[in-house]
Amino acid sequence: MTNRRAKRSFLANLVVRIPFTWLVAFFLVPFLIVLKISLSQTAIAQPPYTPLFELSAGWHGLRSFMAGLSLDNYAFLGSDPLYILSYVKSVEIAAFSTLLLLVIGYPIAYAISRTPRRVQAALVVLVILPFWTSFLIRIYAWMNILQHDGPLNQLLLTLHIVREPPAWLSTTTAVYIGIVYSYLPFMVLPLYATLEKLDEALLEAAADLGCPRWKTFWLITVPLSAPGVLAGALLCFIPIVGEFVIPDLLGGSQTSMIGQTIWTEFFANKDWPTASAVAVVLVCLLVTPIIVFQHQTMRATEPD
Amino acid sequence: MRRLSLLNFAVLGGGIAFLYLPIVILVIFSFNASRLVAVWGGWTTHWYAALADDAALLDSAFISLRIAIISATAATLLGTLAAVTLVRFGRFRGRLMFAAMIYAPLVMPEVITGLSMLLLFVAVSIDRGFWTVVIAHTTMAMCFVTVIVQSRLVDFDMSLEEAAMDLGASPARTFVSVTLPLILPAIAASWMLAFALSLDDLVIASFTTGPGATTLPIRIYSEVRLGVSPEMNAVCSIMIVVVGIAVIAASLLTKLNAARGTPGRA
Repeated sequence: MTNRRAKRSFLANLVVRIPFTWLVAFFLVPFLIVLKISLSQTAIAQPPYTPLFELSAGWHGLRSFMAGLSLDNYAFLGSDPLYILSYVKSVEIAAFSTLLLLVIGYPIAYAISRTPRRVQAALVVLVILPFWTSFLIRIYAWMNILQHDGPLNQLLLTLHIVREPPAWLSTTTAVYIGIVYSYLPFMVLPLYATLEKLDEALLEAAADLGCPRWKTFWLITVPLSAPGVLAGALLCFIPIVGEFVIPDLLGGSQTSMIGQTIWTEFFANKDWPTASAVAVVLVCLLVTPIIVFQHQTMRATEPD
Repeated sequence: MRRLSLLNFAVLGGGIAFLYLPIVILVIFSFNASRLVAVWGGWTTHWYAALADDAALLDSAFISLRIAIISATAATLLGTLAAVTLVRFGRFRGRLMFAAMIYAPLVMPEVITGLSMLLLFVAVSIDRGFWTVVIAHTTMAMCFVTVIVQSRLVDFDMSLEEAAMDLGASPARTFVSVTLPLILPAIAASWMLAFALSLDDLVIASFTTGPGATTLPIRIYSEVRLGVSPEMNAVCSIMIVVVGIAVIAASLLTKLNAARGTPGRA
């Protein structure tokens, strides 16, 4: 009996330890490294930053390593309006597109939850399906549509809505279209999940008591779907702030979101410490919404 | 009784059209004989035939496929273990941090994940290439696997496991012969989703790749930046079909799973 206990705890330990170790090694440690490099100086070397931490140098090495760290990169970010503007722009675009997504996604989620059960399942699959084809391809599809002599402008010209074909690509409008298109399933699904659970007896009760339908919707459906609204908004807002592909392909040089800034600092300017500092500040910006998101997900996926 | 009002019907129609029209237009243009997107030159499969001669592109497709298969398999193993840990092991030390490390990557902007991974590989001086992309994709995908398997385990009938153990089966034996078969469809579905995630990723792969391991999205991105071309329309159409098949298979499996797991509920 004791033997079996011991074996069980060994196996159990192994089950916990493997994924735990993996996440510490490839998720937590990398973040600490980003934090460390954001405190380093740019150097013309390989890797392009200093100081390097040498384990072999021991205690003395650690001390000189600590002495080499500084907050210079953060001071630099604060002094250059380019970075501050980039953060503000990213948060602004993310906030406005989350609002747009809510306005477009809510009616869709609501409509799905009103259909017969059998149809609901099929509609949910229809909404998820495009989400699994890559961002890149979906954005590319919009490049096709929005280009100067593309289908959208041809349609607008044929219908005599415009005289001159407007330029869509390399505008903030194109970025919003791309974001709303890519993130729509992220908004619709959590909204649908709460709307679907809505107790219909409540709506019937309101109707029996003579409440008009719009008022029932506003006083019962909307407040009860608040958790879905929060989940959808977080699921969209957080990744949109750091979005790279959409502003890069559809916004061109017109929009400079923080994801593009990190990319450029890293790949074009080879300034790893500054790129790391930009990333650390971005994580700090997102830490509150991420914690709220985790709290929500844990509550939703855990046994009572 | 649920009734579909005209307004709801219009909203649904509009929403589905908005989601699918761009993809349909892309696929149609991939058959356009004219090089100019604006001009319809009749149907052709020329662009697809031309792809077969593009050695660099085929090479990238093959690399992406191998990375996706290996990382999806690793992510499924790790993610399933993580899900079992979170659901079955109660409150152990470090559980909160463990849960945080599972949920954070789900929403973390890809540029940050990619950058941090790359800096790790540089810090421990691992040469970047095929295997570093595999590690990065495994880490990203395992969190999605965990959430899917976890939600399956949560509404799992615990009395089945208890019965097996009462009858003398060891926990490991119980897991293999009772739990595993029941959650297998969820595991299979998450493997396919992990596969699709890896096949689609551009940003994380761009940071973590090295010479000789240019994945398909990286190659497509470098072409697409220069503008729209019929060859790219064809490549993207093929990828849409491949991913589409994988996802439909995954959702059918999930459905099968749900039907099996909760008898009496349609």
